[in-house]
Amino acid sequence: MNESVHNRRKLVSKIMTTVTAACAIFAVSILLIILAYITIRGAASINWEFITSVPKPALDGGGGIGNAILGSAIMTVLASLIGLPIGIGAGVYLAEFGDNWFGSLVRFVSDTLIGVPSIIVGIFIYTLLVLPMGGASGFAGSVALSIIMIPIVARTTEEMIRLVPKSMREGALALGAPQWRVTWNIVMPAALSGIATGAILAIARISGETAPLLFTALNSRFFNYYIDEPMSSLTVQIYNFATGPFPNEQQMAWAASLILVGLILIINILVRILTRKKF
Amino acid sequence: MRNLVRNLFFTALIFTVAIGMACSGGTETKDGTSDAGGSVKLQGSGASFPKPIYEKWVNEYEKVKPNIKIDYQSKGSGGGQKDIIAEVVDFGASDDPMKDEDMAKAKGGDLLHIPTVLGAVVMTYNLEGVKDPLKLTPEVIAGIYMGDIKKWNDAKLKELNPEANLPDAEIQPVYRADSSGTTAVFTDYLSKTVPAFKEKVGPGKTPNWVKGVGAGAPRNDGVMGSVKQNANTIGYVEIAFAKANDLPTALIKNKAGNFVEANIENISAAGAGAIKDMPDDMRIKITNAEGENTYPISSFTYILAYKNQKDAVKGKALVDFLWWAINDGSKFAEELHYAPLPKEMVEKVEAKIKSITADGKPLYEGEKADAKKAGE
Amino acid sequence: MAKTGTIGDTIFRTILIIFASTILLIVVAMIYMMAVNSMPTIRAFGISFLTGSDWKPASNIFGALPFIFGTVVSSLIALIIAVPISLGIAIFLVEQAPKKLATPISFMVELLAAIPSVVYGLWGIFVLAPFLVNYLGPFLQTYLGWLPLFEGSPKGTGMMLTGGIIMAIMVTPIITAVVRDVLEVVPTTQREAALALGATQWETTKIVLGNAASGIAGAIVLGLGRALGETMAVTMVIGNSPSISASLFDPAHTIASVLAANFPEATDEMYLSALIEMGLVLFLVTFIVNGLAKLLVAKVAKDSGTAKAT
Repeated sequence: MNESVHNRRKLVSKIMTTVTAACAIFAVSILLIILAYITIRGAASINWEFITSVPKPALDGGGGIGNAILGSAIMTVLASLIGLPIGIGAGVYLAEFGDNWFGSLVRFVSDTLIGVPSIIVGIFIYTLLVLPMGGASGFAGSVALSIIMIPIVARTTEEMIRLVPKSMREGALALGAPQWRVTWNIVMPAALSGIATGAILAIARISGETAPLLFTALNSRFFNYYIDEPMSSLTVQIYNFATGPFPNEQQMAWAASLILVGLILIINILVRILTRKKF
Repeated sequence: MRNLVRNLFFTALIFTVAIGMACSGGTETKDGTSDAGGSVKLQGSGASFPKPIYEKWVNEYEKVKPNIKIDYQSKGSGGGQKDIIAEVVDFGASDDPMKDEDMAKAKGGDLLHIPTVLGAVVMTYNLEGVKDPLKLTPEVIAGIYMGDIKKWNDAKLKELNPEANLPDAEIQPVYRADSSGTTAVFTDYLSKTVPAFKEKVGPGKTPNWVKGVGAGAPRNDGVMGSVKQNANTIGYVEIAFAKANDLPTALIKNKAGNFVEANIENISAAGAGAIKDMPDDMRIKITNAEGENTYPISSFTYILAYKNQKDAVKGKALVDFLWWAINDGSKFAEELHYAPLPKEMVEKVEAKIKSITADGKPLYEGEKADAKKAGE
Repeated sequence: MAKTGTIGDTIFRTILIIFASTILLIVVAMIYMMAVNSMPTIRAFGISFLTGSDWKPASNIFGALPFIFGTVVSSLIALIIAVPISLGIAIFLVEQAPKKLATPISFMVELLAAIPSVVYGLWGIFVLAPFLVNYLGPFLQTYLGWLPLFEGSPKGTGMMLTGGIIMAIMVTPIITAVVRDVLEVVPTTQREAALALGATQWETTKIVLGNAASGIAGAIVLGLGRALGETMAVTMVIGNSPSISASLFDPAHTIASVLAANFPEATDEMYLSALIEMGLVLFLVTFIVNGLAKLLVAKVAKDSGTAKAT
């Protein structure tokens, strides 16, 4: 009797282990299936012309997404130039001076801002920049992306700085160094690799955003070096191509996805290999 | 510390690769598209109905005038109207003539409607085993989009198409999710021909679709994509989209009672019939027009431009492009299944183009442009 | 302490405060801009904006209920699918799998969250939707067709079910990551105690789950927040039709997807205002939902006496 109850309990435990393992296998399979589709469908049409030329009329066939790659790169870099200093600065504040009501407020608002749908950011920038500037622009797109980036960078920076041992700052403070010198010359360098990692992951994240660019950067047929003009991006291009009927455009959507996902995954994997910390 | 150095190195590497890729892409094509002389860039947006022809024009015009770059973004007629009203583009595009109240909102003053080509809205469908084009009446189309006709083997469809092997499957209508000139043309036609449709759905770029009937997709591209991708669907798109994707288009019963195909001749007939009623501002709807073989869901499509251009250089480029489009450009229309403007109308449109000014001076310089052309 | 130090500190601190304040400023500006721009419909419709089920921009009738319905139902489908799977994965990773196996699996699940939404949409249109229409849909139709949930035939042109499933895939890594972190902060002593008392591994896990309950709730709420605002992938597969239907085979529309589809074209003041008001509603809801999630997750960390926050 006791024996059978025990066996049953063991069996339940075994079954549950199998079920949870199955969940894990399922999720991993979904990832592999998606990656396989992107690779198989996309790889065929990646060639030099595809990476370097502009799209041709849908019915002519051919062409590429060079302008979209350039646009994504420009907007991502510009967004980082705006977003990283603000995000890192805010993160340093939270870690070093943030143990008060203001710090808690900023922390809470950042956490919730991270979860705000990115389409809302697009609408906000549309009313804030696109209308007053008289048109969509790469600049507006970059600002939208930087808004998504700032709270993420702020929170990872804070976490990384908090990991720096207290003893390091106490030693320096005891030697009479002012707080800002301690933060700048001792704490920041110690946390730098972690901050850089957080920043790279944030960059990877914004490079995959579509919704905030739809109304702000719009799209363009050309290579565009001017940030006050509409700018193409990989993601918006994928959206336009994917929803259309033309086989060559759909093909280009898969190939563009392969490039985009490839870059993002490489960044994620590199970061993972280079740091043993968790993100 | 070693970790830090490694990290920084890889950060730099990733950036370099990303930027390097972008730049190499940039220089590669730059010589192809840009010009050393002062180049002018025009930004346009709007209707997806003429997207195939506009893309073609822009591409061809670049060969004629390499220093003029035109970026046309198809986002739906509603989007084009909004953008030109807000002056966020140099020109807009719409198949649906603008309403007076919208024109009054325009920030840059008087807006002109410049017709460029004629096109047809066709009913395209994805039905396995149905070879010959289906015959459809406005009543049946309205029935499908109002949810009264739910199955492909509905008696009303069978009656029109006794030969066709219609499946016992749910009809999946697709409509436009965005504000669309194509929708305006389509619903204008059905509202003129089917009173119940007018009452329930009504005409317009964003009509009151019957709840629970059909799915929405963005732009002509989206509707076409959705129909192509899924069986038992039906959708309305500009004919170029259906032809380019080898999907069938239905014969529609016109005012004279004939089932007609959407070909260039039948579309042109609708345009020609409209000339006598053409108002000065060219805002006209030509659905359900008279004529034996007139295709009933035809439409002009318009470029929207301000009469007074703020930037003389851009204005000049726009005027020259429009002039080229309705004259030299018309030869590209037919291969994409658009009908060129009727000959009698071209002159009227030319007069419109000539009326575009900057600082009070007309921008079109006919003789000079012609002389230049002769020199080339 | 040198005087320069204090001045330096003040300047340093002020600069950092400005950076930190930027975040608050962004949120305040967002709320302000959206509130100002949605005043026309707030004035004209008041609360009936949220309860009205007619959405007729052409006739200036704006009821956001179909979009709220679509947003809530698609998010619920996502959670119903994603929560058990995420819990399973997290339990497997923390409680059962050897570390050698847990690390790569954990990483691969995280990668699911790195794939851009628009790529999910592309995959949704060409792989998931045909699969649902040809295989899963007919199966549900045959065996569960008597339920109003599966009435009619599955639609590749877009349906609630496709939107919900694709969202489920997208929120799974998020819920998993938080549940995993929450389970990890539950002290090992609890597990050892349970095992010592003769509990099986599953019984031990149940005890751990009980102690981490508020954190798990937080993870689910966080997933909900993400699902509510998911835009591109959903727009591409849900069918964009503002109707309220019990059947998951029917097309639907969400707040985020109507913004993506229709915001670029709204010329009319009321139409624009209606769209921005929906944006404001979505913003406030996700803001509250995310805030709630943070509080719940923080509670576990506090209870367990560790400072680890996610």
